[in-house]
Amino acid sequence: MTDEPTDDRRVLTVGTLARVEGEGGMHVEYRDGRVTDVQLRIYEPPRFFEAFLRGRSYTEPPDVTARICGICPVAYQTSSCWALEDACGVSVPDAVRRARRLLYCGEWIESHSLHIYLLHAPDFLGYDGAIEMAADHRGLVERGLRMKKAGNDLLDVVGGRSVHPVNVRLGGFYRMPLRRELLALRPRLEQGLEDALATVALVAGFDFPELEQPYEYLSLRPETGYPIEDGRVVTSSGTSFDVRDFTRHIEEFHVEHSNALHARLDGSPEPYVVGPLARYSLNADRLSDTARRAAADAGLGAVCRNPFRSIVVRAVEVVEAFHEALRLVDEWQDGHDPSVPVPPRAGEGFGASEAPRGTLFHRYVLDDEGVIQDAQIVPPTSQNQPSVEADLRTLVQAWHGLDHAALTHRCEQAIRNYDPCISCATHFLDLTVENR
Amino acid sequence: MSIAPETTRPGHRRGPPTLAVWKFASCDGCQLTLLNCEDELLALAGAVRIAYFPEATRGVVEGPYDVSLVEGSITTPEDLERIQQVRQVSRRLVTIGACATAGGIQALRNFGDVAEFRSVVYAHPEYLSTLSRSTPISAHVSVDFELRGCPVDKTQLLEVLAAAVQDRAPRIPSHSVCVECKRRGTVCVTVAHGTPCLGPVTQAGCGALCPAFERGCYGCFGPQDTPNAAAVAVRLGELGMAEAEVMRVFRTFNAAAEPFRQESERHEPVAGPGTRREAGR
Repeated sequence: MTDEPTDDRRVLTVGTLARVEGEGGMHVEYRDGRVTDVQLRIYEPPRFFEAFLRGRSYTEPPDVTARICGICPVAYQTSSCWALEDACGVSVPDAVRRARRLLYCGEWIESHSLHIYLLHAPDFLGYDGAIEMAADHRGLVERGLRMKKAGNDLLDVVGGRSVHPVNVRLGGFYRMPLRRELLALRPRLEQGLEDALATVALVAGFDFPELEQPYEYLSLRPETGYPIEDGRVVTSSGTSFDVRDFTRHIEEFHVEHSNALHARLDGSPEPYVVGPLARYSLNADRLSDTARRAAADAGLGAVCRNPFRSIVVRAVEVVEAFHEALRLVDEWQDGHDPSVPVPPRAGEGFGASEAPRGTLFHRYVLDDEGVIQDAQIVPPTSQNQPSVEADLRTLVQAWHGLDHAALTHRCEQAIRNYDPCISCATHFLDLTVENR
Repeated sequence: MSIAPETTRPGHRRGPPTLAVWKFASCDGCQLTLLNCEDELLALAGAVRIAYFPEATRGVVEGPYDVSLVEGSITTPEDLERIQQVRQVSRRLVTIGACATAGGIQALRNFGDVAEFRSVVYAHPEYLSTLSRSTPISAHVSVDFELRGCPVDKTQLLEVLAAAVQDRAPRIPSHSVCVECKRRGTVCVTVAHGTPCLGPVTQAGCGALCPAFERGCYGCFGPQDTPNAAAVAVRLGELGMAEAEVMRVFRTFNAAAEPFRQESERHEPVAGPGTRREAGR
């Protein structure tokens, strides 16, 4: 960390922002408490997925796009399946939908528990990381790991493995899990639900800087239940549209300081937000009674606009995911076909699901033999980049009186509020705050 | 599995060995596998000193490091330099996963035109800094051990760490997935159902997952030590796969691994999409 006080310019640097998935950079300049420039710099080496999908078969994106992110592969698999099934005019049966939702619950549990305990909580409790935190709070870290493991166990049983599951295919699955295999998980899921409720109570007691986020929220909203694997798009300003229309509303653009495209909604210059805060604020009425009570006890209203409280919302979503997984396991019936045929046809298809970090859109264009002509993937972290930058701007203006180390740490925390999936987007996060 | 540290190692300082984890172009899934060792993580953190692991901690201990785990492939001019620095500060360098070991899925660019790829994805390709090929770590520095898999297997990862701590060679089998199927009692999906499978040419390590889920192996652990890829390709053809499909099954997450690269190129259409003859590594 360097601190170079000169006449009117001070620079403070943290080499690598820790405890995010991947590495990237941030740059803020301000003078007299006014921010003059703010950039979330994303250096993730471009990997060109959309380009090398061209010319490949329509059956491949579930396996190929999973490799965009080791933390949320199920999100990529699910969004790609919906989009390709849409292109081919195939609708999957209820049993497949249930299996997709169950698999997805495992990913939410694994990813959110990782973020809450290993990446985010150390900020609030004053540690460099969870390993250091375990020296004083071993029970807490063990609880986080136990929850994470329950999520990974669910992914193993339904998907074959937790990182890049092998069981997902177009039209469904290669093999359906059996009721007895799922029931064997039940004690771990029950323990997980209990642990998740304790987690909500724990994180609700953290100190949160006051920050109100005025931006538009966007998430999916299904016909019933909390949005996880499916739904229509809704926003906080009351817009609602079908996933098939997402390219008419969401526009991606390329800025110089980031290797991830930014996105804007309906041509607005204002940022919009996807992820737990948006999902919760647009769908709190859809939570199970258990999760809704936990949210109320944690002091969450029907809408949450403080990004620092995202850790509480994430914990509530883990409660919902365990609760939902238990429901799906209890209602599970054997004997359904694992998949339906998806014959290729020429056309364009759209799909979306709620990755742990927010809405993940896919679009594919196929020829009549199912060869991919065009592919488009809009990950949550790209959509959230402008709002991360807007939060940093607000925050630095509000707290420019803090010393540099404290302000820098608060900036890091503000970035971690989004649980940015930098592998969906980033490589090297250099945090630079310039005061000039 | 025990990961007991040696308190003294010849020529090295006392105390637990230091561990560093580095990321290059990748999906994060292999280093996540380390954090997925939920039952072992805290014991591991006692057996080694986690000295550099940005995904897990802000704390940084200065190098040099006893063991470096490297995830990801080399795809940018900056990373060409950074991997040299990583090698310099690492007593033992272990690559984890298909990206670091074989270039990963992003090595598909090696078979295409990067200028075209760039313009497909990005409106302003001039903002990007990228190499025309994705290459494994071993193309640039000496590597002490390469752990396969897309992603790596967590038990194998723990074995590699245990071996590094105990200063011995890791016990990682290099035989095919077929052996694992036999061992777990999975009926051969090719023989019983005519399902195309890369098991005979793919290295074990996943536990023969795909056949247990009634699908053919898709080769995510890369080539086994004596692969007869040409023979498997013939069988894939007999099972109904077109030449272009045979090319593509060898050209995924380990596309630049030599035996898979050679076999895929034998099945290239004369002027297919996204393919070019001199491709390769």
